[in-house]
Formats: sequence, structure tokens, C-alpha cells
Amino acid sequence: MHRQKATHRSLEHAEPTLVSDTNEIDIDTPDAPLALPLDAWHRARGARMVPFAGYEMPIQYEGIMAEHLWTRESAGLFDVSHMGQLILSGDGLDAALEQLVPGDIAALAEGKQRYSLLLAEDGGILDDLMITRAPMGLYVVVNGAVKWDDIAHLREFLPDEITIFHMEDRALLALQGPKAVDALKRIVPGVDTLFFMEAGSFFWGLEPLWISRSGYTGEDGFEISIPADFAAEFADLLCKEPEVKPIGLGARDSLRLEAGLPLYGHDLDPATDPIEGDLSFAISKRRRTEGGFPGSDRILKALAHGAARKRVGLSVEGKMPVREGALLFAGADVVGEVTSGGFAPTVNAPIAMGYVAAAHAAPGTKLEAEVRGKRLPVTVMALPLVPHRYHRKGAAQ
Amino acid sequence: MTRYFTDEHEWIDVDGSSATVGITDYAQGQLGDIVFVETPEAGKSLSKGGDAAVVESVKAASDVYAPVSGTVTEGNPALADDPALVNSDPEGKGWFFKLTLSDPTELDGLMDTDAYKAFVAGL
Repeated sequence: MHRQKATHRSLEHAEPTLVSDTNEIDIDTPDAPLALPLDAWHRARGARMVPFAGYEMPIQYEGIMAEHLWTRESAGLFDVSHMGQLILSGDGLDAALEQLVPGDIAALAEGKQRYSLLLAEDGGILDDLMITRAPMGLYVVVNGAVKWDDIAHLREFLPDEITIFHMEDRALLALQGPKAVDALKRIVPGVDTLFFMEAGSFFWGLEPLWISRSGYTGEDGFEISIPADFAAEFADLLCKEPEVKPIGLGARDSLRLEAGLPLYGHDLDPATDPIEGDLSFAISKRRRTEGGFPGSDRILKALAHGAARKRVGLSVEGKMPVREGALLFAGADVVGEVTSGGFAPTVNAPIAMGYVAAAHAAPGTKLEAEVRGKRLPVTVMALPLVPHRYHRKGAAQ
Repeated sequence: MTRYFTDEHEWIDVDGSSATVGITDYAQGQLGDIVFVETPEAGKSLSKGGDAAVVESVKAASDVYAPVSGTVTEGNPALADDPALVNSDPEGKGWFFKLTLSDPTELDGLMDTDAYKAFVAGL
């Protein structure tokens, strides 16, 4: 047994980093998975390590279910150092970057963070990313699996005056959950003053930290950029707090699925535009009027008239998980496909997300998913399936 | 009753021509939290090495192969409501299915408890 079913791509079988053909920057694309700064730290804590995005990553420690539920009720520490941390700087940066993403970068004030999309010429999504105004420029976090392609794309399409600094000497930790703020503020006083999608510079002793109030679980929490040499010591300190346990990639995936957050390469890809991807919030108001981003004609048309298909949530009847690749049927007709699916520990049932034709995308629509030749009843649901609990400015606390 | 093991981490209890099949404690530990098990229906004919069942953890689905050939007499009905039995009692209440052996000589190449322990220790 244990042959993973070929039709079910899982985290353990993620494709390695794609090779890029650019020679403008030093690209060291690995064949064998590389070790991240916290590799030994994970192993010492009993993590099961698997290759992901070109690195050896911890998939779980005590078990995905327990880790997932712990994050939802307390605080989980995730190592996401595989992601690319970039600093963009130079004259004319905002206008230049706006040629590549649909967000209002010019309006981004210092310490404010925005979710955005790197778009191909035809409006297809090359990556989703976080952009923050930092004192030294724009701090950008991109997905690990495509970071080399992103850097090559940015280098190709940004003018020479713009400097791209890839901070390979920094680790990235995420502390997520309703008690994350309690634990982190004991170690880094002042982080509780941040609201959701805000960021700032902090110090831990003499070490500079860049901390944002954001994450990928649907919970309140923080993402902490730290010099790699100090990451293990900092992670140790966090895990000594009673609220905090280390959490693996497995629970990260089930948490983000419940939170309705797309995973690049699965729920988003170059054949998908932002409107289909249910990401129209990433098209900033000014950009809707002015356009001028890649694929803006197609995207603004879809924004006005609706896309032919849409990313939706799915609740699944029964206990059998419906996973990536499962086709969705309305009667005899194929009307969509599941792009992420699995068991949702908070819901205690299988859930999924996928793309369905616009006529079948309304919440409440009954469809069937095909799994191993059987048809399972599923219902289209609004995303997220588990409500977000962000610490938003101006919201009732 | 004699217990055999396969290098695919299945156990088989054999009593005459009847056999009960499940996955080992090592296997459940590797899979993690089990959330669904699809067992074969009574009457289904299985051939050694062919698909017999599917076990799903939070993160992935894995096939379970028939360790020996035979005709299924029963899938474990308890797994429908409580698939986590495979985690809590993999070599007891978490059995997958029972079958009638069609070729008992297929058991000859399988491991006994000591041999399987040594096999797992070497992994």
C-alpha cells in the first residue's frame, strides 16, 4: 500500500522549483531539495520532513489534525522560509510595479500591506504576493515554488533603475492563531499595536525584525522576517510560550483551505485571471478606472460583465474527501473541477474549492463530484467556509 | 490462527481458508490522521497485488492492495463511522476486510511477526 494515487497531487509530491533561463541575476536552482535555516530545529522537534518547493520542509510534528485545531484555538508557529523575500527600490518604483500588478501601489503608505497579483500579458496569474511599503522600498513576499520565475519576470519587466534585492539571508516565520498576539508581544513588545495588513520594524535585542499582521490561516497572526542565523533561537523562545506549538505544512494547507485562500499552482495559475479566481478585491479602485495593468482590457471586462467561470467553495456530503482533479457535474454535464480539497478539521467534514461555470456558481447550487467512479453530492458555498478572524482596524474587537 | 505481514505494511490473520486484512501500526503512523476508508464490498473478487481498498488521511489518498487473492466476505462496517479506528487500533478493531482465500500457497512468501519487526526496524 501507500502508493499515493497519481490523480491526487499532495503536498508531499509537489513539483520542484522550476528552472529559469535568465542570467541577469544569480539563480541557483536546486535539483535535490535544499535545507532551510530551521532544518535541524524541525528535525529535533520530531517533524516529518518532505520535499516542497525545492526545500526539505516539515509536513507535520504530532499530527495534522491536532496541529490544525491547536492553531484555531491557540497559536501555531510555521516556518515559511521557502518563500521569497524581496526588497524593490529605485526611482519610479511605484509606477513601474503598477505595470505588472493590478494594485494601487502609489497609494500604499509606509507600514501598509496589500495582497496583489503578478499578471502575465494576457491577464493570467503568474503568482500571488504580498506588497508592503517599508522604509527602504517595497517589501515583497512571493511563493516559494515560483520565486525564481517571479524574480526573473520582475528583472525582465522592471526598468534597470529598479533594484531587486532577494533577502536570502532571512528566514520567515508565521505565528498564527487567536493567542498569537499574547505570545508574541511578550517577546516583541509593541506588535499588538499593528492591525491586520499593517507592518513595521521591531527589534529583538539587537536583531532587526520586520513584522506584519497577516497570514495564511484565516486567523489573527503575524509574519516575522528575521536574520536566518537567529531564527532557531527565536523559534525556541516562541515555543516556550504556553500558547505556541510548531505546526507543519499539512495543517497550513488544511487551514488555508478552510479560510478559502487559494494556493498558487493549484487554485491559481497562468490560465486563470483574477476575476475567475474570485480575487477582484485585488484590483484596486483607481486601477479599475485607469487600467494600465497586464490584461486590463480582459480583466476589467470580466469585472463588469462577470467571468465565464468562478472559484467557489464546496461542502461535501458524507465523509469521503474530494480532492484536486475531481470533476464536477450538473447532471451529465461537466461544469467544473476541484482544485483543492481534503478533510477540514474545524468543520469535521470534507470540503473543497474549485472552478465552476458561472451558471452553476451561485451559493447553494447542488452539484456532483466524481471520485473513483462514484458521484458524491456537493453544494456550492461562498468562501471562506470557516470565517476569518482578522484583527481589523475599526472592527469591533 | 496465524498472522502474516507484507512488505506493503499489511497484516493478514488466517484461520483455515478465511482471512482478515488490515494495515500495520507502522503504516497508520506513516499515514497520519485517517479520515476515510473505502473498503471492498462482499462478493468482490480480489487478485493479489490488485486494488482492494483506499485509505485517506487529511492530506492524501493511498491505495491498499490485496495481499492475497480471494473473495471478499465483509468490509469492516465500523470504519464508516469511525475511520480513526485505523489509528487507534490498527491491528485489531481497525481491520479493513475479510476474505476467503483462493490460493493459500500465496501465503508462503509473507513475513511472520518477527520478520516484519526486523523489516520495519531496517526502514
